Amino acid sequence: MKIKFIKFFLIMFSSMFFYISCSSPVTVNDKKLIVPVVDFEGFKPSLTKENDTTYVINFWATWCAPCIKEIPYFEKLTADYANEKLSVILVNLDFPNHYDSRLIPFINDNNIKSKVIMLDDPNSNYWINEVDPTWTGAIPATLIYNSSKREFYEKEFTYGELKGIIDNF
Amino acid sequence: MKRLLLIMFVMVSTITIALSQGYNIGDKAADFRLKNVDGKMVSMADYHDAKGFVVIFSCNHCPYVIAYEDRMIDLHNKYAPKGFPVIAINPNDPAAQPQDSYEKMIERAAEKKFPFVYLFDEGQKVYPVYGATRTPHVYLLSKRGGDLIVEYIGTIDDNYKDVSEVKEKFLETAIDELLAGKKVSVTETKAIGCTIKVKK
Repeated sequence: MKIKFIKFFLIMFSSMFFYISCSSPVTVNDKKLIVPVVDFEGFKPSLTKENDTTYVINFWATWCAPCIKEIPYFEKLTADYANEKLSVILVNLDFPNHYDSRLIPFINDNNIKSKVIMLDDPNSNYWINEVDPTWTGAIPATLIYNSSKREFYEKEFTYGELKGIIDNF
Repeated sequence: MKRLLLIMFVMVSTITIALSQGYNIGDKAADFRLKNVDGKMVSMADYHDAKGFVVIFSCNHCPYVIAYEDRMIDLHNKYAPKGFPVIAINPNDPAAQPQDSYEKMIERAAEKKFPFVYLFDEGQKVYPVYGATRTPHVYLLSKRGGDLIVEYIGTIDDNYKDVSEVKEKFLETAIDELLAGKKVSVTETKAIGCTIKVKK
């Protein structure tokens, strides 16, 4: 089990490294902005971390209007809970060929501070159920979990709703 | 005892609510009467020779729909002659998503030369009955006796972005199985899609 895990991490890290070293870095405001691109196997460890942090994992895309509307609320979580054990991960589902033309400009224009990754795995029939069996596949969708609790929401949030959930989690 | 009854009542009503949210496999599907892009009203009852229908909740704006439009056209051209025409329905409220207005539907249908009907769920009455949550969202129905039975719910295939990389054509397999008089083997699949837009 342990070896499998180590092997898995090695593959994940090496694939991430491979991506970073092979893709031409996008230079924005004189700094290199890289969003990791992972398939579901690479993303999966983010769904089952066993530690004292609460993870807020939001699935979104630049083409999804309700997603864009709620991104500022997730950003506000990242800012307001900066001193607490809360980690927001914005999982982008744009088409991979829009990485340079849409995703990077969006992150730059909106000065996104939360962690962003692009999930590029077309076999969503498989991985949607792995994220949560109740998810029908519509976005926005958000998974909130820590070591003792796990809740999935296929809906658009207001900041008040999000804060209410986090404060009682 | 009273408490136990109350708990049971809550459980049963929760299950009932969960089940009432749209169709499950084997349910009888309701017909509808919706306006096509050519201005005519369309019902499934109009198709006397059909063996069933590929009902696809679709729209104009969604990138996932756009990625699948050519495949929807191919599906209709392949299966309408065999008795399973595609019926596309736009369930979005144009007040929430202006690109999905009836006028824009007419434009999109003309641009892409849709060979299938493209209906407008005006007033958003049909999609909640089916339980559609996103576009594209497919419901494969077959005619059995006088009823329309839900045979498959889900996605068209397993790769939205690259047709050449498709490994499993879930919908085609299901239609082929029905045409061969078999039971559908994979009855439910999932895919990422755009939420159905409702004005708040």
